[in-house]
Amino acid sequence: MRVPLSWLKEYVDVTLPLSELTERLTLAGLEVAAVETIGLPGADLPWDPERIRVGEVVEVKPHPDADRLVLAVVRYGEDDYETCVTGAPNLFPYLGKGRVSVKVAFAMEGARLWDPYAEKPRVMKLKKTKIRGVPSRAMVCSERELGLSDEHEGILILPDDAPVGAPLADYLGDVVLDLDLTPNLARCFSVIGVAREVAALTGQPLRLPSLEVPMEGEPAADQVAIEIEDPDLCARYIGMVIRDVTIGPSPFWMQRRLQMAGMRPINNLVDITNYVMLEWGQPLHAFDYDKLAERAEGGKPTIIVRPARPGERMTTLDGIDRELTPDDLLICDTAGPVAIAGVMGGLETEVTETTRNILLEAANFNFISIRRTSRRLKLPSESSARFGRGVHPAMARRGALRAAGFFHRLAGGAVAQGMVDAYPAPPEPVVLTLTPTEVRRVLGISLTLDELSDILTRLEFDCHVEGDTLRVTAPDHRLDVTCTADLLEEVARIYGYDRLPATLMADRLPPQRSNRDLALEERARDLLVEAGLQEVITYRLTTPEREALLLPPDVPREELPYVHIANPISAERTVMRRSLLASVLDVAAANLRFRDRLALFEIGKVFIPVEGEPLPEEPRRLAVLLTGPREPLHWAGSDREPMDFFDLKGVVEALVEGLHLPDVAYVPTEHPSFHPGRVAQLTVDGEPMGVFGELHPLVVENFDMPPRPVLAADLDLEALLAKVPETYRVTPLSRYPAVRQDIAVVVDEEVPAAEVQRVIEQAGGKLLRRVQLFDVYRGEQIGEGKKSLAYALTFQADDRTLTDHDANRLRDKIVRRLEATLGATLRT
Amino acid sequence: MLEELNRLEEEALKALETAEDEEALDQWYRAYLGRKGAVTRMVRSVGTLPKEERPAFGRRANEVKQALEAAYADRRETVRRMALARALEEGAVDVTLPGRPVVRGRLHPATRTLREIYAIFADMGFQVYRSRDVETDEYNFQLLNMPPHHPARDMWDTFYTTQEGVLLRTHTSPGQIHAMREFAPEPVRVILPGMCYRYEQITARSEIQFHQVEGLAVGRNITMTDLKGTLAEFARRMFGPERKMRFRCSHFPFTEPSVEVDIDCILCEGRGCPVCKHTGWLEILGAGMVHPVVLRNGGYDPDVYSGFAFGMGPERITMLKYGIQDIRYFWGNDLRFLEQF
Repeated sequence: MRVPLSWLKEYVDVTLPLSELTERLTLAGLEVAAVETIGLPGADLPWDPERIRVGEVVEVKPHPDADRLVLAVVRYGEDDYETCVTGAPNLFPYLGKGRVSVKVAFAMEGARLWDPYAEKPRVMKLKKTKIRGVPSRAMVCSERELGLSDEHEGILILPDDAPVGAPLADYLGDVVLDLDLTPNLARCFSVIGVAREVAALTGQPLRLPSLEVPMEGEPAADQVAIEIEDPDLCARYIGMVIRDVTIGPSPFWMQRRLQMAGMRPINNLVDITNYVMLEWGQPLHAFDYDKLAERAEGGKPTIIVRPARPGERMTTLDGIDRELTPDDLLICDTAGPVAIAGVMGGLETEVTETTRNILLEAANFNFISIRRTSRRLKLPSESSARFGRGVHPAMARRGALRAAGFFHRLAGGAVAQGMVDAYPAPPEPVVLTLTPTEVRRVLGISLTLDELSDILTRLEFDCHVEGDTLRVTAPDHRLDVTCTADLLEEVARIYGYDRLPATLMADRLPPQRSNRDLALEERARDLLVEAGLQEVITYRLTTPEREALLLPPDVPREELPYVHIANPISAERTVMRRSLLASVLDVAAANLRFRDRLALFEIGKVFIPVEGEPLPEEPRRLAVLLTGPREPLHWAGSDREPMDFFDLKGVVEALVEGLHLPDVAYVPTEHPSFHPGRVAQLTVDGEPMGVFGELHPLVVENFDMPPRPVLAADLDLEALLAKVPETYRVTPLSRYPAVRQDIAVVVDEEVPAAEVQRVIEQAGGKLLRRVQLFDVYRGEQIGEGKKSLAYALTFQADDRTLTDHDANRLRDKIVRRLEATLGATLRT
Repeated sequence: MLEELNRLEEEALKALETAEDEEALDQWYRAYLGRKGAVTRMVRSVGTLPKEERPAFGRRANEVKQALEAAYADRRETVRRMALARALEEGAVDVTLPGRPVVRGRLHPATRTLREIYAIFADMGFQVYRSRDVETDEYNFQLLNMPPHHPARDMWDTFYTTQEGVLLRTHTSPGQIHAMREFAPEPVRVILPGMCYRYEQITARSEIQFHQVEGLAVGRNITMTDLKGTLAEFARRMFGPERKMRFRCSHFPFTEPSVEVDIDCILCEGRGCPVCKHTGWLEILGAGMVHPVVLRNGGYDPDVYSGFAFGMGPERITMLKYGIQDIRYFWGNDLRFLEQF
């Protein structure tokens, strides 16, 4: 809502400096998003009071040397004259007419104005020059040059009563407040609505314009009838008839106010309805009465407010033939629709240059219906914006009378006696009670009944003290007050949010519950960060096609159920993801343009639809991705070999160890996304937790990455975290020295290393404290199909010093067991 | 003999001074004090002296031996220090060369800010409560006092799913209902973090998904001044004690009265700059007293219980704190951005 300050001041005295006014309004909920200054100091182009003034063209003479230019003699002070060269078409009619009087905006040499021909806004300084041989050091200005509008067809012509010689800034300068209004402030979508707030906030009286209208002739009720089919859709419909209007431009002041408020002046009839809408917040519509009479074929026109019938059509005043649905509310007469209620009028009954008699509509329509229709037809308008937020039906009468008054004064119309007011369901007044106790309970401040009454009375609430209670009736311009909490907001707002003290909660602390679910998730993040990985967070919206790239092209894809977005914003975001890995791969591909080494992880939800359930499951997953050289580049040399399966497995091990997961195993597996033979399933307690390994080269290719090993894990974080033990015990440290023994055993290639380790640990018993595999060797010396595994074994007892003899015995036992169960031989 | 001994001492001391390294020292020792060394041999030759001269010679020989041993030890220490000094000198490095890189992992900046928020509110007794991303219209709107076609729904551009009545939550507020229904009639003090979604063009200032952290306190004695105190405490800890905070009237359908909270602009100190749109203030959160309808929907009698709620965007807070101009950096995951944290 754009509110010119000059307009606002018509209804309330503004006693505060501008900056304080905007601050008060903002704190009270009417957020001043911007302040636009026109011509005054602070504007993008302030008008120099000395050099830019109201002038009077007293004579228009021909230019001696150019047909398309004239010489305008301008009086700009008591006895100051200057001749300006101009091509303004709107001065040509005065050419050769002798003494004339046309008020204009006059600028002297040195004045700063907008360059009307620059593509981007550019300020120019008016200089002394010669135009086709005639010296010129002043000019008459267009609206564009002054920054009032884009208009540059002719010069700005001011009203006849403009004071010659006055600084233009005094006469036309203004400030426009641009308010960002929340939906509950529907009442402030009008200058009077904002004036009410200013009056309440500053304690100034409100001056409302007079609604007196001289009426004459045949009563309106004899000229039009009104029927409302469904009072739920139309609470009120007022019709007034105005005869013998003269169409023409509206007065300058009205045009200026409309412009500053962001509307384009059209003609006096249209401008009046728009002006009253901006002033009171009540949208209005004017029909050409004679067209309605014509359609009524000699009968009395009857306005019928009803929903559209299926298949009904109408041409709206923008010339478009529109198909209507039963959701649309129509204004009809006996011949059919004449307007879409509150949204747009019909072409046939539109007010035109030839209109003489009008039917003025001031109605109240159901906000839901208006919102639905204006949205469906994509026809947002000032009118539908107001109806769609809610207008009190009481406003209709005020709007109608105010507009009728203008039709009389500004268009010479004769207002028919009375009005036809169909008001089937006037809303009950909202009566609420408020006590100081309630104010203290919710707001935390102590106010007396008198103080509460004073605050609410300022907002035009009707207040009566009854014992220790205030009985409050809401004023009939407000629809947003329905319960005590609404009154509390009004009290807090006018009391001043800035005056509320800051306290800390005195209420008892609720039982504190630990959030294991979150704590473990954050622990997993920390473990992965400690392992040197960078966390990423990706879009949870993707496409099935993107996720299908996780399979090589030749693998058949099954149709997976997805949560589909009904109104996707782009073709790349149509479903909720089922996988993190695809997004993490996208991140990797993008980063490979700048980085050779990536170590990434993401923890987040995926969305799995459940058959027969409206809502999907939202389990958390964990994706890890590694690629590139093992160590960053360094001048002293570093391990630049590409990371492989075991780098990734190290990360997985760090995670499962950090989470103290019991009974972890890595099971060789197959998965189409992965390199065969380089993929494992992680199991905990024998249950699967997801897979990890080197991605299939064709998958790497799918994600537009150069050929290179890419390691990835796709783990089920829910399953993993469910296995984390409540607690775990720490082993006491032995005070006795440890003995280390190394063994190397040769086993068949097929024997997994984990199996060898398991046998060693079993045979070693509790004195075997640590088993470290330090070498894996394959070669001629040990024969084909064999591998040698070398282990460092650490033995230690809690109660004595182990001798070499003890260690040797244990070592021999381990070797014997390996020989017996795995067919291993000791390598010597 | 005595003179010979004295001369030998003199000679040995002189020779010692020329010993520059361990090897020379060893050689010297062997030459004078070793088993076949000159001094040792001379001491042994005491038997060739007349009996009466023997004690004097013996005393003197011992003196010489001790003196030489001491001189040797001194010299040895000197040589060791000289060698060390040489070694240290040769071992100097160019300290301006870069160190060996340590591969450091990092949390995403959004996670960091979320944790910061959790920690601040945990100190005030607020615990984390999480709920689902894909929600029903009922929880996202209706139970929050927004019946179908309510004009306030315009404030949230919503992604709907193809399932009737199911949408992507536009805010974490549905969690208020979930939490209240779980805990009623106990008092509640929770924060509700989570990813939210809005049907918006992705630009430097708006995203289709973003985190939100909402707070909710419900009890028998919770007032709007408590809300102000709680948020002032948050702002002080998140943005520093020197920040000014202001409470501004606003509107949310699920709170009444409603508030928008601003802090004075971090960048321009309130003087006005493009980031604060020349107002001097930065909006950091929305809040209010829980609407009676919402309290009732959560299972609390609004005549007995009251509560406050607030909501903030961790990404926006991160942007304000670190001067980030473009919200798209967050889900862009460019390491050149992430590694600056």
